[in-house]
Amino acid sequence: MNRQEIEALLDRIPDPEIPVVSIRELGMLRDIRVEGDEVEVVITPTYSGCPAMDQIEADIRAALAPHPLRTRVTRQLAPAWSTDWIGPEAREKLRRYGIAPPQGPAAAEQVIRFVTRNAPEKGAPDAHHARAESQKHAVTCPRCGSAHTVESSHFGSTACKSLWRCLDCREPFDYFKPY
Amino acid sequence: MQAPVDYLLQLADSALILGQRNAEWCGHAPVLEEDMAMANVSLDLIGQARLLYQYAATRLNAEGKSAPALTEDSLAYFRDVPEFRNYTLLELPHFPSHTGLLAPAAAAERDFATTIARNFLYSAYMALLWEALQNSKDEELAAIAAKSLKETRYHLRHSRDWLVRLGDGTAESRQRLQAALQHLMPYTQEFWFASEAESAAAAQSTGVLPATLQADWDALVDDALQEATLQRPPAAGYVTQGKCGRHSEHLGYVLGEMQGLARQHPGASW
Repeated sequence: MNRQEIEALLDRIPDPEIPVVSIRELGMLRDIRVEGDEVEVVITPTYSGCPAMDQIEADIRAALAPHPLRTRVTRQLAPAWSTDWIGPEAREKLRRYGIAPPQGPAAAEQVIRFVTRNAPEKGAPDAHHARAESQKHAVTCPRCGSAHTVESSHFGSTACKSLWRCLDCREPFDYFKPY
Repeated sequence: MQAPVDYLLQLADSALILGQRNAEWCGHAPVLEEDMAMANVSLDLIGQARLLYQYAATRLNAEGKSAPALTEDSLAYFRDVPEFRNYTLLELPHFPSHTGLLAPAAAAERDFATTIARNFLYSAYMALLWEALQNSKDEELAAIAAKSLKETRYHLRHSRDWLVRLGDGTAESRQRLQAALQHLMPYTQEFWFASEAESAAAAQSTGVLPATLQADWDALVDDALQEATLQRPPAAGYVTQGKCGRHSEHLGYVLGEMQGLARQHPGASW
């Protein structure tokens, strides 16, 4: 088998948590090295504690098992995975699936020296928006497209998502954190 | 260049022990969102610990001194209190000091303010340390640092938000957070003196001397406390030495719960 054929096989492996996108589209599949009947597949975890890594490795082995190949799966940490590697097509797939794709480059969200926010008066009608508005990029609702949204929890159902709420259509939704 | 194994274990043990402590909130946190948050933070911390333990095990096995070969699990589950290198700050229970409680008891006795203060003080330090370790001459450690830095910055954002929310909140939330800081701040002194492993790592540029991070940490802490309208308590008194393997009475209880299953059923798998 040549590299293209192997690529085509691995392209079909979905992310175990978000099956509408493949591990390649999410940027977790870093490299495929073919030498004779030996193939080395290089993957990188999204988060250090990503519980899906074992599943992904098993899926890769299963996809290649019917073929006369010796498969090696290597986990690589550097460069660290970033949502910047998710392409426009995959972002659109995420949105249609109900997950707001990461907005803006990952670096923009990684400030550790904080500036004091001009917090609105307690109880003011827009007290809720202080946090959303302090972000550089408004998160738009994947259902109705409104940018009138608010973060309800820093952490969501998986490590890579936070939980948001749309103030127009009132739907809660997941947001894929820029990372 | 390779960092001293004890340096790796100090980083790994700290991540693991705080991961275990934070996970005690799973199913008991004050609100559902914080239940998820604490479990997520733990998942990141235990993930970081795994990467470091795997690397440390590879290194120790290469020395060939231990048979059978060490694994991440044997390092996490089959070492005892004096072998752990975590900061004492991280093994303390989630209780305010005045209760004098040792083991986790009723959920109502846990103090969320203590949890937030501890996570803030530690993640502010680790954000700076991981940032510096990205340039470690140990390439494997530098890769782990770059990965962990992203997660730690998010943990810092989370705990800092709560610090401000509770500090600048109600009379009770403010009082509890101030008490938690009073209780925990003295333990942060342990960050700054150099352990043997830290000195050795700094000498070969695989690690950094912790004192070089102190001014930046002070700035992060002062800035947050000011926004939270809290007083910065003095960090004085006895300097704990968990990172040198001398621990408080609390670590034994943490290990008891964390290691019990693995020790009763060695080698068991799900």
